[in-house]
Amino acid sequence: MFLSTWFLPVALLATTTFIAFPLSKYLAWIMEGKFKAPRFLGWFEEKLDSGPQDWKEYTAALLIFCTALFAFGFLVLVLQPWMPMNPDGKWMLAPSTIFHSAISFMTNTNLQHYSGDQHLSNFSQIFFILTNMFLSAAVGFCALTAIIRAFRGEKLVGNFFVDMWRVVVYMFVPASFIIGVIFLQQGAPMTFDTFARVSTLESPSTQQTIVVGPVAAVEPIKMLGTNGGGFYGMNSAHPFENPTGISNFVNTMAMMLFPFMLVLMYGRMLGRLRHAVVIFSVMLLMMAGTIVWSVYFDTLKPNPGLTGDSVARTYEIPSASAPGGKRTVTVPAVGGLPVDQHLGNLEGKEMRFGTSAGATYAAVTVDVTCGAVNSEHDSLNPIAAISPMVGMWLNCIFGGKGVGMINMLLYVIIGIFVAGMMVGRTPEYLGRKIGAREVKLALIALLVHPIMILGPTGLFAATDWGLKAVSNPGPHGFSQMVYQFSSASANNGSAFDGLGVTYGLANNPAPAPEAVPWDIAAGLVMLFSRFLPIVAPIAMAAYLGAKKRAPQGLGTLRDDTATFALLLLGTILIIGALLFLPVAALGPLAEHLGPIPFGG
Amino acid sequence: MSTTAMVEETQQKPGMKREKPKPPKRVKRMALFTKETTLPAIKQAFAMLRPDIQWKNPVMFVVEVGAFLTLLYILKALFGAPESLVSISYFIALDVWLWLTVVFANFATALAEARGKAQAESLRRSRRETRALRLGPDETIEDISSTLLRPGDRVVVSAGFTIPGDGEIISGIASIDESAITGESAPVIREAGSDRSGVTGGTFVLSDRIVVRITSGPGDSFLDRMIGLVEGAIRQRSPNEIALTLALSAMTLIFLIVVIPLWPMAWNAEQYMMGYLGIQEPLKSLGTDIPTLIALLVCLIPTTIGALLAAIGIAGMERALRANIIAKSGKAVEMAGDIDVVLLDKTGTITMGHRHATSFLPLGKYKANDVGQLAALASAADETPEGKSIVKLYESLGNVPVTTPQQSQFVPFSAQTRMSGIDFPNGRRIRKGAPDAVARFIQESGGRVPDNLRPLVDGAASKGATPLVVAEDGQVAGMIVLEDILKPGMKERFARLRKMGLRTVMITGDNPLTASTIAAEAGVDDFIAEATPENKLEYIRKEQAEGKLVAMMGDGTNDAPALAQADVALAMNAGTQAAKEAANMVDLDSDPTKLIETVEIGKQLLITRGALTTFSIANDVAKYFAIIPALFAGTLPWLKLMDIMNLHSPTSAILSAIIFNALIIPALIPVALKGVAYKPLGADALLRRNLLIWGAGGVILPFVGIKLIDVVLVGLHLLS
Repeated sequence: MFLSTWFLPVALLATTTFIAFPLSKYLAWIMEGKFKAPRFLGWFEEKLDSGPQDWKEYTAALLIFCTALFAFGFLVLVLQPWMPMNPDGKWMLAPSTIFHSAISFMTNTNLQHYSGDQHLSNFSQIFFILTNMFLSAAVGFCALTAIIRAFRGEKLVGNFFVDMWRVVVYMFVPASFIIGVIFLQQGAPMTFDTFARVSTLESPSTQQTIVVGPVAAVEPIKMLGTNGGGFYGMNSAHPFENPTGISNFVNTMAMMLFPFMLVLMYGRMLGRLRHAVVIFSVMLLMMAGTIVWSVYFDTLKPNPGLTGDSVARTYEIPSASAPGGKRTVTVPAVGGLPVDQHLGNLEGKEMRFGTSAGATYAAVTVDVTCGAVNSEHDSLNPIAAISPMVGMWLNCIFGGKGVGMINMLLYVIIGIFVAGMMVGRTPEYLGRKIGAREVKLALIALLVHPIMILGPTGLFAATDWGLKAVSNPGPHGFSQMVYQFSSASANNGSAFDGLGVTYGLANNPAPAPEAVPWDIAAGLVMLFSRFLPIVAPIAMAAYLGAKKRAPQGLGTLRDDTATFALLLLGTILIIGALLFLPVAALGPLAEHLGPIPFGG
Repeated sequence: MSTTAMVEETQQKPGMKREKPKPPKRVKRMALFTKETTLPAIKQAFAMLRPDIQWKNPVMFVVEVGAFLTLLYILKALFGAPESLVSISYFIALDVWLWLTVVFANFATALAEARGKAQAESLRRSRRETRALRLGPDETIEDISSTLLRPGDRVVVSAGFTIPGDGEIISGIASIDESAITGESAPVIREAGSDRSGVTGGTFVLSDRIVVRITSGPGDSFLDRMIGLVEGAIRQRSPNEIALTLALSAMTLIFLIVVIPLWPMAWNAEQYMMGYLGIQEPLKSLGTDIPTLIALLVCLIPTTIGALLAAIGIAGMERALRANIIAKSGKAVEMAGDIDVVLLDKTGTITMGHRHATSFLPLGKYKANDVGQLAALASAADETPEGKSIVKLYESLGNVPVTTPQQSQFVPFSAQTRMSGIDFPNGRRIRKGAPDAVARFIQESGGRVPDNLRPLVDGAASKGATPLVVAEDGQVAGMIVLEDILKPGMKERFARLRKMGLRTVMITGDNPLTASTIAAEAGVDDFIAEATPENKLEYIRKEQAEGKLVAMMGDGTNDAPALAQADVALAMNAGTQAAKEAANMVDLDSDPTKLIETVEIGKQLLITRGALTTFSIANDVAKYFAIIPALFAGTLPWLKLMDIMNLHSPTSAILSAIIFNALIIPALIPVALKGVAYKPLGADALLRRNLLIWGAGGVILPFVGIKLIDVVLVGLHLLS
C-alpha cells in the first residue's frame, strides 16, 4: 500500500530532476546560439533573424507574434465548416467560444469550453490546436531568455524570432517526436480519419462511433509545452490519449520536464547555477508538498460523501433579526454507504494508472500549469482539492515554461526587497540595487493574478452568471468558480467540472445558459494574466540589468544558501496565504469542515 | 597633512594640548518619552489627522478613509433603521480603534520629529545673535551684529569671544571651545593655512586672536542646516524609502482587491445557506458588513510599517546627529550602509599620529646605551610626546632615570633651529634634532659629520620612521628612531568592519614597503602608498568601476577631489572649507574613526525598515485566523475550527484583531526610534537572525497578542 501509493510521485520527481540537470545544459547551449544548425535549418534561422532587439523591440515582436497567432486561430475556428478533414460536417463553435478558445490557446492556457472530440474537426485539431501548442508554448520560453540576457546586462536581448525558431525546431520538435513514438507504441491513435465505426460485442448490428485522429501527434506537445488542451474532452483520462501506466508516467514526466529544465537553464545562462539550484529546491519542495497533500487527503482518505456523518451536529448561528440573538441549527446524522474505501477516494479516477496517479497528476498538472488531467478534479475530496488550487494560486511551483520561472523571479525580487533590507544594505539582486521602478514593475506583475481571480469570482458569485452556472450551489459551487478563474489566470487550463460553461457549436439549440459570460470573462482573464506578467518583468529585468553591478561581499545577501531558500519559501507562502486564504476557506475548507451532505 | 609637519607642530607648541581622537562611542543619550517631547507629539498626532497630511502616506490614508466611512455608517445606523445583526456599540468601538490607529501612527512621526526638534532647540541656544568685529577693506574694525555677516566678510575674533559664523581662519592660531556643537569640553587648536582651519559659528575662542573669513550667510550655517534637517524641513525621502512606500501602497492595493470581492462572496454564502437551512428570513454574516470588512482591510494592509516608516527615517538622521555627524541628506546616511570599501588615512586614524621612540642606534665609539642616555638628557625637560617617549624608552631599557645638574639650560625646539637639547653649566651641549639641522650644529661647533650617518638616516626614513640625530658638542653620537605606533583596538575594529563585509584601505604617504608593513600590522586589506590626491582619486574610481561603493574620510583641501568622488564622504569639521563642501557628511568631532559608526548607523536604518516591514506582513497570518471564522460565523459556523486561538465571539475576534493592530504601533515606537540592534555578523547570519526574530516572531506574536486582548475584553465584560 505504502509503496503503491508513493512509488509513482517519488519516481516522477526523481527521474525528472535527474534528466533535467544534464538536459538543461543543452537548452542553454541552444539559446546561447552555440548550436550550429544543419544548413537547411540554418537557412531559416538566417531569414528569420531581423537583427538583435532591445527589450522594447523584443517585447513588441512577442506581442505582435501573439496577436497574429490569435488572428490565425480565430480564422481557423471560424472557417471550420468549410475546411477539409471534416467528414461529419461539424459546424463552427459559438462566437464567444471561438474568442475564448483562440485566446486560450494563444496564451498557452488551453482552457477548453468545448470538447475536442465533439466540436473540432481534425483540420482544426491540426492547424489550430497543434500549431498553437508549439508556438504559444515557446513564447514564455523566449520571454525568460530575454530576461536572462537583460539580467546579464545586455542591452540587446536577442531576436525574438530566432529564439522562437530555436525553441520550437531544436527543442520541441525533436522531444515531441521521441515522446510521440512512445505514445504510438503504447497505443495512441495516429490517423487522419475522423472516426472508426465498430460493431459492439453485445450485438453486431449496433454500431459504435469512436472518434480518432492524430492523437499521438498532439499528445507530446500537449505535455511538453505544458499546454494541456486534450484531443478528447476527457483529456488524459481517455484511453486513446493516455493508454497505459507507462504512457501515464511518460506523460506526467513530459509536462514536468521543461519547467524543471528552465530553472536550471536560468542558472546556467547567468553563470549562477547554485542560485538556480536553490530556487529549484524551493520549487521541488513546494511541488512535493502539493503532491503529498493531494495524495494524503485523496488516495489515503475515504470519500467523506460515502462515509457519511455518524452524529448529528448542532451549530449556533447569530440571528439576523435581533442583535445578540442566536439561532440553533441542527444537522442530522447521515448514514454511510456500504462501500469498501481502503483504496481511498476512487470517484473520478482511472484505475489503470494506479491508485495515487490521479492525485499526483492533479498536483503536478497545476504546479507546472499544464492543465491536462487524468482524473476528475471536481471529484477530489474537498480538502484534497486545495492542492491543485494552491498550485494555480502560487503559480510559481515550476510553473509554465518560462513564465513559471518569471513569476518566481517576482517573488525573489519582492522577498529580497522586503527581507533583504534586514542585512543592512539596499536590497540587491544579482549585484544590482532594487529601486522603486523595479519594485513597481514586479508588483504590477504580481498584482494581476489575484485581481484576475478574486475580482471575477466575486462578480460571478453574486450574479446569475455564476449562480446559474454551478452544478452544486454551496461551497463546492463556489470552488468551481474560483477554480475556473484560477485556472484561467494561471494560464493553466484544467477545470473543476460541473460548471456550465460549454456553449458548444454555434447552432446548439440548448447551450449552457451562462456560457457566454464565462467565455468572455475567462478569455479576458487569460489575456491580462498572460501578457502583463510577461511584459512587466521583461521591463524590470531591463532596468535592473542596466544598473551597475556590485561584487558579492560578506555584507551582501547571498542568494545561493539555505537561508535564502527559507526566505523565498516564506515570502511565497505568506503572500500566497494572504491573498487566497479567504477563498480557500469559503470553498474547499467550508466544504470539508461542513456537515454531510453539504456542497455536494 | 604631512607627518613631518605634525612633528614640528607639536614641538613648536610645547604645553599646548593636542587634539586627541575621541573614544568611539560618545552618544548623547536621550530618554524615549520625555515631557518635552511627548506632550507636543500627542497634540501634533491629532492635528495630523488632516486628510491632506495623511494623503502623503497612502497606507494610513486608507485607514483614515475607512474610519471616516465607518463613522458615516454609524451615523446612518443611529438615525436610520439598524440593518445589522450586531449592536451599534460594536461599530463605535471599531471606529474608535480605527481612528486610534491613525493617531498612533501620527504620534510615532510626531514623536520622532519632536525629539529632533528638542535637539535642534538645544543647538539653537548656541546660535544666539552675537557681536561681530568686521574688518573693512581698509583694515578698519566695525562692530556689527552677526546676522549682517555675508560670505567673504572677514571678522576678528579674540579670546573670550564667540565666533560669529562659519568660516575659515585666514590668519592666526587659537584654541577653541567647540563644546556647544560637539559636547566635548576639551579645547581644540585651529590654525590658518593648515588642514585644520575651519571654525563653526557659535563656538568660543579661548586664547589668541584670529581673523576668520566667513563662508556662510545667515540662516545657512551648519547649525541652521542641522536644525533644518532634524526638524524635517528639508527632509527628503531617500530612494529606498520611496521604493518601500511604493511597495506598501501596492500591498494596500492588493489587500483592497482581496477584501472587496469578499462582500459578494459572503453574500453568495448567505444565499445558498438560506436554501440549505430552508429558512425564509434573511441570513446575515459579518462578511457582508461594511465596517467589519473595513476592519479586515485595515488589519491586512501594512499599517505597522506604514505608521512607523517616517519615524524610522527621522530617527536615523537623528542617530547620526547624536553621533555628531551632520549628513547633508538622508540618502547619504542610508548609502553609508551600502559601503563596500573604506578609505582611511593612516596618520591619526590607524596610527596615533605622533611618534614614539623605538630604538637608539649608535655611531662610532658610542654604544646604544650612551646614545640613549644622551637622548634622555636632551629630552629631560621636553614635554612633547616624542620627548617623553625618548625618556620612557631609555628607562624601559633598564637604566636609572637621568638627572640634570641644577643650572642646566634647556634649549627648546624652534622652527629655525629644528633642534632641542640641553646646555650643562660646564659647557657641555647635547642636541637632538632633524639630521640636517644637527649636521649644521656639528659644523658650527667645528666637528665633522661621519660618513656613515647618511645610510643610517636613509635606512630609518625608508621604513617610514623619523630619524633624530643626537650630538654631543661637536660629535655625532647616534640616532633616535621615532615611529608612529598603531592605535590600540584598531585591529579589532578592522575585523569588525570585515565581518560587516567592508574592505579597509589605508592611505599613507609612506613608501610601499613601509606601507605594507604597517598595513599587515594593522590588519587592513589594502593600502595606497605614497598617496597623492591623484592616486587616491584613481583608486576610488577603480573600485567604483567594479561596482563598489567607496567611503572616505578627509580633512585637507587636497582631499577634496577624492571626497567629491567617493560615494560617502565624511569631512572633519576642523577641516578646510573645500573638504567640507566636497563631502556629504561632516563629523563635528573630527574623529577619523567615525566612518565606522556612520556605516553602522546606515545599516541599522535599513535593517529597522526591513525588520518592521517583514514583521508587519508576517502579522497578517494570525489576523486571518481570527477574522475569517468570525466573518462567516453567521453562515458557515463550522469554520470556527479554523479559529485556533479559540476567541470568544465573532465580534470579540474582530475587535481583538483591530486593537492588536493599533496597539502594535506604539509598542514598536521604541524599536523605530532606537533602531534594531546591529551586530556585525555577516549578511547570512544577520539575515537568519532577523528572519527568525521579525519574520517567525511576526507570525507567532499576534496569535498570542490577539488571544490576550480577547481574554481581557471578555474579562472586563466589555463584550457579551
